[in-house]
Amino acid sequence: MTSAGNLKVTTRGDREIVMTRAFDAPRKLVFDAFTKPELVKQWLLGPPGWSMPVCEIDLRVGGTYRYVWRKAGVPDMGLGGVYREVVAPERVVATEKFDQAWYPGEAVGTLVLVEQGGKTTVTQTVIYESQEARDGILKSGMEKGVAASYDRLAELLARGLEKGASQS
Amino acid sequence: MLEIFRALAEPNRLQIVELLLGGPRQVGDMVDQLGLRQPQVSKHLRVLNEAGLVDVRVDAQRRIYALRPAPLQELEAWLERYRRIWESNFQRLDALLDDMKAKEKKHVRKKPQTKR
Repeated sequence: MTSAGNLKVTTRGDREIVMTRAFDAPRKLVFDAFTKPELVKQWLLGPPGWSMPVCEIDLRVGGTYRYVWRKAGVPDMGLGGVYREVVAPERVVATEKFDQAWYPGEAVGTLVLVEQGGKTTVTQTVIYESQEARDGILKSGMEKGVAASYDRLAELLARGLEKGASQS
Repeated sequence: MLEIFRALAEPNRLQIVELLLGGPRQVGDMVDQLGLRQPQVSKHLRVLNEAGLVDVRVDAQRRIYALRPAPLQELEAWLERYRRIWESNFQRLDALLDDMKAKEKKHVRKKPQTKR
């Protein structure tokens, strides 16, 4: 729906957000940058002013990850989940849940890396799946929460996708 | 916002929104265009209405639907903000990857050890 530079963000299907971006580097390096804590901490920071004091990644099926972002004057923002699929250096699927999630249930993020001619295209997809949502009864409590903290939603969601990244 | 995503995620509903981009329409008119049955179209319109995407006006016997632009603009603004946060992440990642590539090259070239 929106695109600038070579980053594309679109919605697809039911509560799904898809983001695509190309990087001028081989897939192996991009995969490392998405999955090694010492590298992830250098770029997965979100808006200015935030740091990432905690970045733990146990990259194997059933392994967990945990991210915490910090900014002076506001509460920490934490995100974590469990890896469901790990196929280095091309695909990672993981659940994700914010400490202060505004939506019911879990989300699942998928990171896919495709290399062509020395460049790597990264596709990150997050699907918000909750029993309520699936049953089509996604209701008001959540919508109210969303309306009440619009900016926070964007920020959290952005981190969620990044998680997808990290998830990777 | 998720309600808006949900409402637009269904292909027929998205098609209804596209039809309404051309101006207000009555249900019967949309039934013809979409090739769906009236109860289905009405159900989709109800979802769109609940998500705040369309308004309905009753004129004599006819129900006329029109798009409400605000939620679509909101969605666009929201995605734009989302995109901006990610773009700044990815610009940092570009720089990091450049460093990683340089290091790797150095590593490969180490044997001739002509590096300075």
